[in-house]
Amino acid sequence: MKLLKLVPDNTNIGFVKLRHWAFALTALLTVLAVGATFYKGLNLGVDFVGGLMIEAKFETPPQTDKVRTVIDRLGVGDGSLQQFGDPKTVQIRLPLPEQGGAGAANAIVEKARKAMTAEFPGVTFSRYDTVSGKVSGELIQNGVLAVMLAVIGIAIFSWFRYEWQFGVSTFVAIMHDVLMTLGFFAITQLEFDLNIVAAVLTIVGYSINDKMVIDDRIRENMRKYRKMDMKSLIDLSVNETLPRTVMTSVTVLLALGALLLLGGHVLRGFTAAMMLGIIVGTYSSVYVSSSLLISLGLSPATAEKKASKVNIAAQAERMGPRDDGARP
Amino acid sequence: MLNFPRWAVVAILLPLLIGIACAVPSFLPDTVVGQLPKFMQTRVNLGLDLSGGSHLLLEASTQDVAKQRIANMEEQVRTELRRGDTKIAIGDISSRDGKLSFMVRNPSQVDAAVERIRPLTQGAGLTGQRDFNVEVVNSSTIVITPTKAGIDNAVKGAMEVATEVIRKRIDEMGTREPTIQQQGDNRIVVQVPGLQDPRALKDLLGQTAKLEFKLVDVNANPAEVAQGRAPVGSEVLPYPTNPAGPPVIAVYRQVMVSGEDLTDAQQGYNQQGNEPIVNIRFNGAGGRKFGQVTSQNVNRPFAIILDGKVLSAPNINEPILGGSAQISGSFTVESANQLAIALRSGKLPVALTVVEERTVGPQLGADSIRAGLLASVIAVAAVAAFMFMSYGRFGMYANLAVAINVLVILGVMGILGATLTLPGIAGFVLTIGTAVDANVLIYERIREERRRGRGVVQAIEHGYKEASRTIFEANVTHAIAGGIMLALGSGPVKGFAIVLLIGIATSVFTAVTFTRLLVSRWVRAKRPTEIHI
Repeated sequence: MKLLKLVPDNTNIGFVKLRHWAFALTALLTVLAVGATFYKGLNLGVDFVGGLMIEAKFETPPQTDKVRTVIDRLGVGDGSLQQFGDPKTVQIRLPLPEQGGAGAANAIVEKARKAMTAEFPGVTFSRYDTVSGKVSGELIQNGVLAVMLAVIGIAIFSWFRYEWQFGVSTFVAIMHDVLMTLGFFAITQLEFDLNIVAAVLTIVGYSINDKMVIDDRIRENMRKYRKMDMKSLIDLSVNETLPRTVMTSVTVLLALGALLLLGGHVLRGFTAAMMLGIIVGTYSSVYVSSSLLISLGLSPATAEKKASKVNIAAQAERMGPRDDGARP
Repeated sequence: MLNFPRWAVVAILLPLLIGIACAVPSFLPDTVVGQLPKFMQTRVNLGLDLSGGSHLLLEASTQDVAKQRIANMEEQVRTELRRGDTKIAIGDISSRDGKLSFMVRNPSQVDAAVERIRPLTQGAGLTGQRDFNVEVVNSSTIVITPTKAGIDNAVKGAMEVATEVIRKRIDEMGTREPTIQQQGDNRIVVQVPGLQDPRALKDLLGQTAKLEFKLVDVNANPAEVAQGRAPVGSEVLPYPTNPAGPPVIAVYRQVMVSGEDLTDAQQGYNQQGNEPIVNIRFNGAGGRKFGQVTSQNVNRPFAIILDGKVLSAPNINEPILGGSAQISGSFTVESANQLAIALRSGKLPVALTVVEERTVGPQLGADSIRAGLLASVIAVAAVAAFMFMSYGRFGMYANLAVAINVLVILGVMGILGATLTLPGIAGFVLTIGTAVDANVLIYERIREERRRGRGVVQAIEHGYKEASRTIFEANVTHAIAGGIMLALGSGPVKGFAIVLLIGIATSVFTAVTFTRLLVSRWVRAKRPTEIHI
């Protein structure tokens, strides 16, 4: 049987040469994403803005206008409707009453239920969330804090583990991934809720994974080919790891694709965010973070200094019988 | 590197087998699992988004606690100063600005008044910390100010009690496995699976529980009482912890004193200081009523009843005057403390408001499980086919590792009693994708080493060795992200992080160690000179 190879053997693509184009494109896309986030804003779910959300499932796909009229007639404030992939399911969002606490929220839900049942017999209410302004403020704070801590924590890890250039390049690439994801949510206006924060953190984790693998190879090659100049060394490392980068991204995308198509509407935004993040993360691993090392002035000398200081044992092992010049 | 001694094989396979065994109960129906011994009931809990149910976050107002505390103190001061031979007349009582102040009418009694109030302001613990400061202003006004520690203690106590009250009330609903947890300083999380309509739950949490004191009808015929029949004017009440045998007891219908008249209950020790007891304290009216009834019924038992159930039925050894009493019995510190909490939980000690509520209908939950399962199966199948097409025999080893990994994750979740949520399923699917990554790293490395002209065994050894370091580093960073999610995330984010973290730990083991075992056995058995990878 002939085995599948997505990336041919011994590729030799000059990624480093492309870096100025890549940087320009990356900067442009990032600016666009940030601009979209500020200009269009995120469609924040009740988790983050507070309020009341009712999910109604109809027997037949309802006319959205009619549902809107019913909700408007209730006179409980500005409602908004949202439809998912499933045309029978509609999400209704209402502001939380300012006074009266739980009782008042209950009353609104009750009113909405009655009116909807009268207008659309057979409708069921499959989910509802109420989040007070105070809690939503805390949730948003924790979400932002979690993402920031993750990015900074990982950057510090790669700084201590390798050289500071690795820390900075990873940090830049990951911020890019996060901002692109935000931009995607601003443009598509998909609902941004707590689950999406988990998705963003996962993207951060995955993207780091990717960059670590390449960084690790760069470091290995820096010790192996002491005389090679940085540009060809990085190209070599990225090319050597390219089959793995592509294979893994494809497998993860396959798994997520199944989830996107079949996983039900609740997870759709979550999965979409992750798929985008994987693609963006792979791009930034290959084109941005490793090439950035050159711009940051990484040289074999700096690496050797650190390596001999930190990791003498590992180096000694490498001096052993293994033939370093095996590559033709 | 490819040699595995027998003990190593056992050390690799044993934890995997245990993990798989622990995953099995999650697939069995409830009735079967119920018959298993306790340590084998390692099932994954379904989160509310999968099982359907309600999640409520309740918040207590700290100011409310402080206010009530002042009001209680006022009541106690009134009772205390009115008691005994020398009554001390007071006036101008006010409890503004979080302080209690009053004037002693006869200035010569000020010192005596302070002396008598002092014991009331002592904290309940043995630390000697004061809950209130007592000051004399303008030589005739006494000001009582709660200390910071006092308020903190009060809030802590109030939350403990509120949690207990809520737990009792939810148990009354007969719901399956509710989760009630205190969160932070002044919040309580309530999760009730399978509950469709949280209105009932919210109504219940607003209800006041009823505490009553009644005399035990000692003349009732025990045989009739056991059958639920009581003499006229009496009633049979359940008494689950009755030391005298049957879990019922007959009491007179007339209420001696009710829970409204109780101001406090604390676990303490008797005068000898060795036997745990419960100290209860009544307000003025309650104390008088209690004194009267106990004077007339010395040597007879009375029953302490909560929500129609008798908690205990101590004997009245002597008239109990002065508004406070001790309940002795064969308590341990724990059971006395429990009784104290139960007595205090006559009513919610503080108003609770719902600040967050999430309800998922059972239908949606079932749909989500079905969709999640289907997606997982398809994902596994797609990834497995892809791995086989790319790496042949080695791909199948990786697939076997992934299949085992999925089961082991479920097993570990079962052991930890972790909860599987909808984002958790997404975590699963993602873990399947990334678990394969470790194998991809190894196999690509082996391919590379082969291209560089290394022999089969050397290439495999080198591939595993070099890739392992990368895998370790990559997974550490991944775990950092997961750990932060677990620490800071709430609800769905946490559910996702749990699966992710367990998956990271198990996948390194299955994808690296386990496949290495498989590969080494194959290589040693066949001694291939060429590998298809």
